[in-house]
Amino acid sequence: MGWIRRNLVVLAGLLALGYLLLPNLVVLAYSFNDPAGRYNYEWNEFSTDAWRDPCGIADMCTSVGLSLRIAVMATIAATVLGTLAAFALARHRFRGRGAANGLIFLPMAMPEVVMAASVGTLFLNMRIEFGVTTILIAHIMFCLSFVVVAVKARVASMDPRLEEAARDLYAGPLQTFWRVTLPLAAPGIAAGAMLSFALSLDDFVITQFNSGPSTVTFPMFVWGASQRGIPVQVNVIGSAMFFLAVALVLGGQLIGGRRKARA
Amino acid sequence: MAESTPPAGVTLRGVGKTFGDVTAVHPLDLTVPQGSFFALLGASGCGKTTTLRMIAGLERPTTGRVLLGERDVTALPPHKRPVNTVFQSYALFPHLDVSENVAFGLRRRGLKSVTKQVTEVLELVELGHLARRRPSQLSGGQQQRVALARAIVNRPEVLLLDEPLGALDLKLRRQMQLELKRIQTEVGITFVHVTHDQEEAMTMADTIAVMNAGRVEQLGAPAELYENPRSAFVANFLGQSNLIEAGISGTDGDDILLSVGDAKLTLPKSRTHAASTATGGTVLAGIRPEKITMTPRAAEADIPGGRNRLTGTVVDASFTGVSTQYVVKSPACPELAVFAQNAERERLAPGADVVLHWDPAHTFGLDGREDIDAGTGEDAV
Amino acid sequence: MTAVAAPAPDVPPPARRRGLTPYWLLLPAVLWLAVFFVAPLFYQASTSVQSGSIEKGFEVTWSWSNYTDALGEHGWHFVRSFAYAATATALCLAIAYPLAYLIAFRAGRWRNLLLVAVIAPFFTSFLIRTLAWKTILSDSGPLVSALNSLHFLDVTGALGLTTGDRVLATPLAVVCGLTYNFLPFMILPLYTSLERINPALLEAARDLYATPATTFRKVTFPLSLPGVVAGTLLTFIPASGDYINAQLLGSPGEQMVGNAIQKQFLNVQDYPTAAAMSFVLMAAILIIVTVYLRKAGTEEVV
Repeated sequence: MGWIRRNLVVLAGLLALGYLLLPNLVVLAYSFNDPAGRYNYEWNEFSTDAWRDPCGIADMCTSVGLSLRIAVMATIAATVLGTLAAFALARHRFRGRGAANGLIFLPMAMPEVVMAASVGTLFLNMRIEFGVTTILIAHIMFCLSFVVVAVKARVASMDPRLEEAARDLYAGPLQTFWRVTLPLAAPGIAAGAMLSFALSLDDFVITQFNSGPSTVTFPMFVWGASQRGIPVQVNVIGSAMFFLAVALVLGGQLIGGRRKARA
Repeated sequence: MAESTPPAGVTLRGVGKTFGDVTAVHPLDLTVPQGSFFALLGASGCGKTTTLRMIAGLERPTTGRVLLGERDVTALPPHKRPVNTVFQSYALFPHLDVSENVAFGLRRRGLKSVTKQVTEVLELVELGHLARRRPSQLSGGQQQRVALARAIVNRPEVLLLDEPLGALDLKLRRQMQLELKRIQTEVGITFVHVTHDQEEAMTMADTIAVMNAGRVEQLGAPAELYENPRSAFVANFLGQSNLIEAGISGTDGDDILLSVGDAKLTLPKSRTHAASTATGGTVLAGIRPEKITMTPRAAEADIPGGRNRLTGTVVDASFTGVSTQYVVKSPACPELAVFAQNAERERLAPGADVVLHWDPAHTFGLDGREDIDAGTGEDAV
Repeated sequence: MTAVAAPAPDVPPPARRRGLTPYWLLLPAVLWLAVFFVAPLFYQASTSVQSGSIEKGFEVTWSWSNYTDALGEHGWHFVRSFAYAATATALCLAIAYPLAYLIAFRAGRWRNLLLVAVIAPFFTSFLIRTLAWKTILSDSGPLVSALNSLHFLDVTGALGLTTGDRVLATPLAVVCGLTYNFLPFMILPLYTSLERINPALLEAARDLYATPATTFRKVTFPLSLPGVVAGTLLTFIPASGDYINAQLLGSPGEQMVGNAIQKQFLNVQDYPTAAAMSFVLMAAILIIVTVYLRKAGTEEVV
């Protein structure tokens, strides 16, 4: 009894973790299903067909490709714009700084559906045809704020003395930025870029409001398929992404840990 | 100080700095002799670090000129000045290893092969074996040496040290003080050292400038500052002083005669730094605690003549090993500090009636309007 | 060698070039947000008082009826949205707190692994994970049978959260999906603020005669409040605008305001009504958040 009371929080925490991971386990399990009908909701028979032929559904792999392309482009643009803004906000005191901070915070505090509908209304009014361009514009818009937050936190925690030391050691303004400021800010920039890549890749709401008939991203494909019947390959892609992410994170930690342990 | 004026390493001419309404440094003139170890000593916020940063070029003076040797560098940015800094927090680049940190300045000046210089300087600071480590894997003392090596490898005309030993523990600080002094002698570069630790300044520096509230209070060799302070701040900040308010009752040749209650004191004119020494005025008579000898009242007759004397009662005695520090209550002054070496003489217990006496030549005089407590307590941190 | 003030030639003030740098750095991002975030909000404001149809085109007629329609016809959608979002937020807090606490104080060397486990599910598309709940909550599945035999569904049925022997297509399923989807947004800020607490504070509380429960109530929880506030906002705001969970896990009876906006915009193409609803949703959230922050008293979260 005493043991249970002392470890109640551990049990509750592990239950919460189970709740969080259960759907991923189901997705993985059902990627080995051979469903009886069109819907992959009930277990029928073990099969590795989907894993052996992940692109068996042609449209799906096209949509994954489109999602990746949009995510890469949106990430590059949002990272560049967001990093510049973050430096301005973290490093300078100027008139209008509060307003700029507010403007950048606002998109994160707004339900996606409101942003999606309003930017969609703009494109409608401007008679801009929905397609990759409109999706990209909207993705850059909502990823931007996350990059700013990530980079700003990093830059603000950087010791300004390091740049002074560089200038003291004969580095001109450009060299100081290139040799010291940028390498030090890099983890923040990388975090912001990874976040915006993940957000863009997985975005559905804003994409749904701003896509044309021929621009089907992977989430759009899943949404459409959920109405007609979901191919098992969707579970394969979902599980593969999960394992890829875990491998990347754990690999990164391993390398980081080894670097720390060395010497 | 020397018979012939040595060439100047750094010259400040009317250099001052204001931030908005706040005056960090009042316009000051200062000459640091070439090859000397110069300390700027003062409490935090006294303007010493700002002065240092103006020499480095990291801060632009509001008024005045900064000269290195004969050259006016006031308008030069930091990376174009032959000056390097050892920062208080060391400011080692965390993304570079020790040897890359040390090579940073050489590379920026376009030197291609730097290995030899880097190896040499790392040997000088005894860190050759750690060249491949990252700063985060070093102890505080090791980081400090890297910061020093990174600066002196460039052979600057002037090396600036901003509280370089502040983050180290006492034992390591003592060791580094000696080591810094050794390195300075070895490389012969002008060192300008900012510190709030008076003992550190006195141990290392040839010349000390004591700063207070944006001004230089006094400048001179450590012994001169200690033995003959010109202001209450210097008297209290550098070591400990007993300051006694005294009336001027007359003069006798080269001496000023003072009266404190019933007691009479003698003060050499040459050691008096008061605006007015007219009879009837007041001065602060100062005496260092270790200059005072204490004799039990019963043995008063044994005290030789011609010494300044005060009577009092011991109220506290703390034994510190090499010496005993007494607090004596006297009609002349509520709390007088007396340090007595623990050599042969018996120690006195609180309550003992005593006579304090000292050679009048050790007395110094300050302006009567000065604040008796300047440079003590919170200021002195 | 004396330290007296002397008149000195003044140094020319530094060039003003630096003064404009932050504006140049900010310009691209601010411009992007101004054109594609702020301007659309104004467009939407104007659209919300237009009338017309997709064929004839829309024009501003100051038809406030869009707003009365939005609130009249879709009033229940708003009520449901905020009720579901509030329930999901409360559940998130209850579920996330022990896990965040576990990671912050009890995980030891497992801490990084647990953090990875919290973040990793993010990388599987949230639509796929939400659809997985359809399998988990399916009528013949083991979970529903278990809940049934425990008479859990009788209780939720009495509360109006479920109907009959099913969980799917009921409010319970939608709330469960919302809770699941936004749980990491609660865990991470909670963890961040718990992790900052110095464990010595908890020992000090124990030393000063506080029981574990009192320690939690008087020390741990108050110190984690910034995380609680940030987490509830990060959960409540997106949850109240969500339409995925209601669509995939609910029936038409569980539709939220997001569903209504989506339908008006994408299917009916009645842009004025969609705009009016978006505006009401935004305003309502703004009011709720402001009141909440006043009450919580930690405005520094923003």
